[in-house]
Amino acid sequence: MIELRNCTKRFGEHTVLNGINLRFEAGSVTAVLGPNGSGKTTLMKTILGLVRPESGEMFIEGESVLGGAEYRNVIGYMPQIARFQDNLTARELIAMIRDIRENPPGSREEELCAMFDLAPHLGKQLKTLSGGTRQKVNAVLAFMFNPQILMLDEPTAGLDPIAASTFKDLVLAEREAGRMILLTSHIMSEVHELADTIVFLLEGNVYFQGASAELLANTGENTLERAIARLLQEKNHSAAFELKNLKTQHFSA
Amino acid sequence: MKTIIKLTRYGIISAARSRWILGYTAFFFLASEGLMRFGGDTSKAVASLLNVVLLLIPLVSIVIGTMTVYNNRDFTELLLSQPLKRGSLFAGQYLGLALPLTAAYLLGVGVPLLARMGSTDSVTNAGLVLMLLASGTALTHIFTALALVVATRYDDRAFGLGAALLLWLMAAALYDGIMLAVIWTFRDYPLEMPVLAMSILNPIDLARTLVMLKFDVAALMGYTGAVFEKFFGTALGMSAAASALLFWVLAPFGLGMKIFAKKDF
Repeated sequence: MIELRNCTKRFGEHTVLNGINLRFEAGSVTAVLGPNGSGKTTLMKTILGLVRPESGEMFIEGESVLGGAEYRNVIGYMPQIARFQDNLTARELIAMIRDIRENPPGSREEELCAMFDLAPHLGKQLKTLSGGTRQKVNAVLAFMFNPQILMLDEPTAGLDPIAASTFKDLVLAEREAGRMILLTSHIMSEVHELADTIVFLLEGNVYFQGASAELLANTGENTLERAIARLLQEKNHSAAFELKNLKTQHFSA
Repeated sequence: MKTIIKLTRYGIISAARSRWILGYTAFFFLASEGLMRFGGDTSKAVASLLNVVLLLIPLVSIVIGTMTVYNNRDFTELLLSQPLKRGSLFAGQYLGLALPLTAAYLLGVGVPLLARMGSTDSVTNAGLVLMLLASGTALTHIFTALALVVATRYDDRAFGLGAALLLWLMAAALYDGIMLAVIWTFRDYPLEMPVLAMSILNPIDLARTLVMLKFDVAALMGYTGAVFEKFFGTALGMSAAASALLFWVLAPFGLGMKIFAKKDF
């Protein structure tokens, strides 16, 4: 279980996370949604410690972890398509990460490499691999130590349909195994298929948090895509309404 | 500590496979071997090599250093998402760069020069060669550390590379110009001590002075040369020079570490 309390992050003038409070439970898949630049990746990077928030606290299983390093032992992270310039081969990269994690027992790298058909690519240098293949290598790195927490940042972007469906099966199996999974995606069908809970970020605030079924019921729409669009429309309407009110007050005063 | 060693090892493996390090080693080897073969005596070869070393080592270290950090940006992110302390990662990154560069230099210059030691040369030349190797090693470490500061501080690649080149230009050329201007302006005053102080403050000048003083001809460099020789001949002088070089490694390393620890990736 991860809990964020009052996390604020600014990049210069721009507030990316505005005092965010969130809880993520084990055995569930949470999709973090929002328009581009709404703070999805920053939220993930804050949990990972890649981004240092100005204020706020974070607890994993009740323990305050912000600024530490050890807690990342229980996290597997799959970044957005990474461009490795390094001339290590895929096999060496996997071995290196295993080495850094002090060779935890029960590593699943062989099973995962077979699952994603990586065998022909393991001996190639990372910089020569295609985006999708690198993404598969990232998936192996994220899942191989059976981490309690999985953070997947647009994981299926760049994967072919076969790999994407393999990947989704993997995510669902991990949920059954009681892992806590956090993912971002712009593909709504995928979110609908995988996510139990939805967190909708807008301009650094949590605009909606709840079950995906709840979101559909609240907005009266049939698909997530439309429900999200409706959320955004409502938000714009209320903003316009507030502006109108403000103007009226201004003129009457 | 264990993680630093692991990361350093991967840095070395990665560097050993890249073409630039081979080219860098080959260049030094061919230059030294050529000068030894056709020039004949060691002190002449060192005199010619000195200028190449003083310009090329800082330039290559700072440029390769900044470019490697920028190229490895995504890789660094991946490593930071592992249970690693940022300090270890920074130290590993530094050593993984500085050690291969040092090894390339020591192999390229050291092998041709040291292989011919013993046979024809006197003992003084051994001191000269060792001083050349030592100052080159110090410059490599200093400019790698500066490269890490620049590349960690500035996310923009073009800007960072520009800043790195500017730093190199400052240390390699502009500083000497400023020094000459100072000497010319105050030429009516005794300047030995201020010049001594100024040449300690710039690592490239310091390296040049240290190697020059090992030449037999140092005594012919007039009164200033005598003051320099007298100063660096003492234990105080040598420890001042050593601490200045050490300061130039540790200060940028510490600064880079501090920036790295607070940085958002």
